[in-house]
Amino acid sequence: MNLINSLPRKKGTLIAFCLLLLVLPWMISSGFQSGSSYLRALDMALLFIMLALGLNIVVGYAGLLDFGYIAFYAVGAYTYALLNSPHLQAMLPSWMMYPPFVVSIVICAIVACVFGIMLGAPTLKLRGDYLAIVTLGFGQIVRIFMTNLDRPINLTNGPQGINNILPPQFLGYNLGKPIEWFGLQFEPVHLFYYLILFFCALIIVVSIRLQNSRLGRAWVAIREDEIAANAMGINTRNVKLLAFAMGATFGGVSGALFASLQGFISPESFILMESIMVLSMVVLGGMGHIPGVILGAIIVSITPEVLRDVINPLQMAVVGRKVVDPETLRMLIFGAAMIIVMLVRPEGLWPSKRRRAELRPATKGIALQEKDDLQDAERNHD
Amino acid sequence: MDIFLQQIINGLVVGSVYALIALGYTMVYGILQLINFAHGEIVMIGAMVTITCINFLIGHNVNLPGPLLLALGLAMAIPVTMLLGYLIERIAYRPLRKAPRLAPLITAIGVSIVLQQAAMMIWGRNYRAFPAILPSDVVEFGGASITTLQIAIIALSIVLLIGLFLLIERTKMGRAMRATAQSPDVARLMGVNVNNIISLTFMIGSALGAVAGVLVAANYDQAHAYMGFMIGLKAFTAAVLGGIGNLGGAVLGGILLGLIESIGSGYLGDLTGGFLGSQYKDIFAFLVLILVLIFRPSGLMGERVAERA
Repeated sequence: MNLINSLPRKKGTLIAFCLLLLVLPWMISSGFQSGSSYLRALDMALLFIMLALGLNIVVGYAGLLDFGYIAFYAVGAYTYALLNSPHLQAMLPSWMMYPPFVVSIVICAIVACVFGIMLGAPTLKLRGDYLAIVTLGFGQIVRIFMTNLDRPINLTNGPQGINNILPPQFLGYNLGKPIEWFGLQFEPVHLFYYLILFFCALIIVVSIRLQNSRLGRAWVAIREDEIAANAMGINTRNVKLLAFAMGATFGGVSGALFASLQGFISPESFILMESIMVLSMVVLGGMGHIPGVILGAIIVSITPEVLRDVINPLQMAVVGRKVVDPETLRMLIFGAAMIIVMLVRPEGLWPSKRRRAELRPATKGIALQEKDDLQDAERNHD
Repeated sequence: MDIFLQQIINGLVVGSVYALIALGYTMVYGILQLINFAHGEIVMIGAMVTITCINFLIGHNVNLPGPLLLALGLAMAIPVTMLLGYLIERIAYRPLRKAPRLAPLITAIGVSIVLQQAAMMIWGRNYRAFPAILPSDVVEFGGASITTLQIAIIALSIVLLIGLFLLIERTKMGRAMRATAQSPDVARLMGVNVNNIISLTFMIGSALGAVAGVLVAANYDQAHAYMGFMIGLKAFTAAVLGGIGNLGGAVLGGILLGLIESIGSGYLGDLTGGFLGSQYKDIFAFLVLILVLIFRPSGLMGERVAERA
């Protein structure tokens, strides 16, 4: 019951929205000329939603600033790649290779979770920006190892990365090849869309359930005041570690899906800039608010793709010739957009009610708002 | 040739540049508690403007000795970066002073992206060679060698550091800066124009950054639009290592980081029996940072920080 209560109140809207999500890839591939590249961007956007929701637990709920989050995405991706590509075939026993898809995902989640705890444990004493720089350091360390662990034992194949990653297959279907159902031709990019959508929905549900759980409230308590939380009997060490572990698990699942979608991974995909992008998704959308974070992830990941197609024709129309490199112009506009959005809405595009009330007390009495929230929390918690 | 001494010298050269940049981070952090992510790009722009200026002068057959050309280039670059530092603070940080603390961090990242891309538009994607105007005689020194350029880098850094410390410790403006760092509200009550002081802090940090950028470019003989990111990251690490917000800490952290890196890249292979090569020098630097922070959670010289997020 709890779950249904925490979903949007209007069930009809929800069902219509789900239907829209199901037909969305068909609308895109028939509506645009470069449909399949947009579809790929859509797949990536779903992956980024998962990443942003994972980071949202660490930064948004628990208030731990993490600059190395992409490391867990990388760990998930590399774990999946090593298990599902010929790269380590000579070294690993054959029963370890090519596990069923679901098993692969679970393994990736567990490995990422262990990494999350390993990297979280030494940072428990650190606060604020010191925590940020240490997590940044861990992110860099993971990336440097991935780039250099091709010697003395070739584990990660260095900067070339790992290719020939097997696409997921279950129930006898191979997601790497087109499948025909009911006269409809499902391209791999469609199939991956549904696969990732499924996991994305799963992670959204887990996020919502966590938010209203005892653990979720403990995270928020730590974010607001760690000492007070400790005094209230929250085991801050374990709860912080759980935040890192949970966030890392989401990242690991997302990374595994990324590896299976791409069929190829290299350390290039896991640079610091990616961590920063995921962080800006969380903050731009509205920290700690699930719909906001989802919106942020979609906007930040799709905007550069849309700009890619819009910039050059626009430049041609306005100036008549290619003045600046469209790639550069697109990133310039993207950066400027980030600044403007933050200046106009410092609390994020779609902040939670509580946060908005904290920051814009003039709109409605904070006390009143807090009371609403409390009632909401109680209603959701039976 | 004494390898150990050589690594120490290289470390000091790189470390003194890190220290200059780290001061820019730490001064801003001391007053606003904000990581000025765009500082690395300021360093890059300082180097690029100087190179462009020197090339322009050489292209117009201005026959001046190398150091004078460099000084002219810097005289152009420093005002440019100071203006940029001022504008960044005015546009991207000042409106967000009362906002949640991650908001200015995101605008800082946005500014960093904008500056980097603008630099790519102006100067292109390729590496720019640093014009060969500086003498590069090699001085033998106790079995190790050091170029006159490297000596000049260390000397210039020391002069700038002493100048900055005198400015902050001995002048009225410096006192106002220290007061603002301690408590902006009380400083305002005492008649300090806090907004001006913050602008000034950004401008001084940017000027130091421009000089540091030129020194880096001269040391490696090249500069490019992406150089700011990595060097900014290193300098920020140095500032945290020393204890962010603490000027002495930034200098100590910068020099330590330079030494750790160069000794790490020189000896890591021997230490681990060839298992880890010099490509792991960055890991070495970060590991030292993490170890230091585990035992001293607010850096070598920093004070205990309050919890914020």
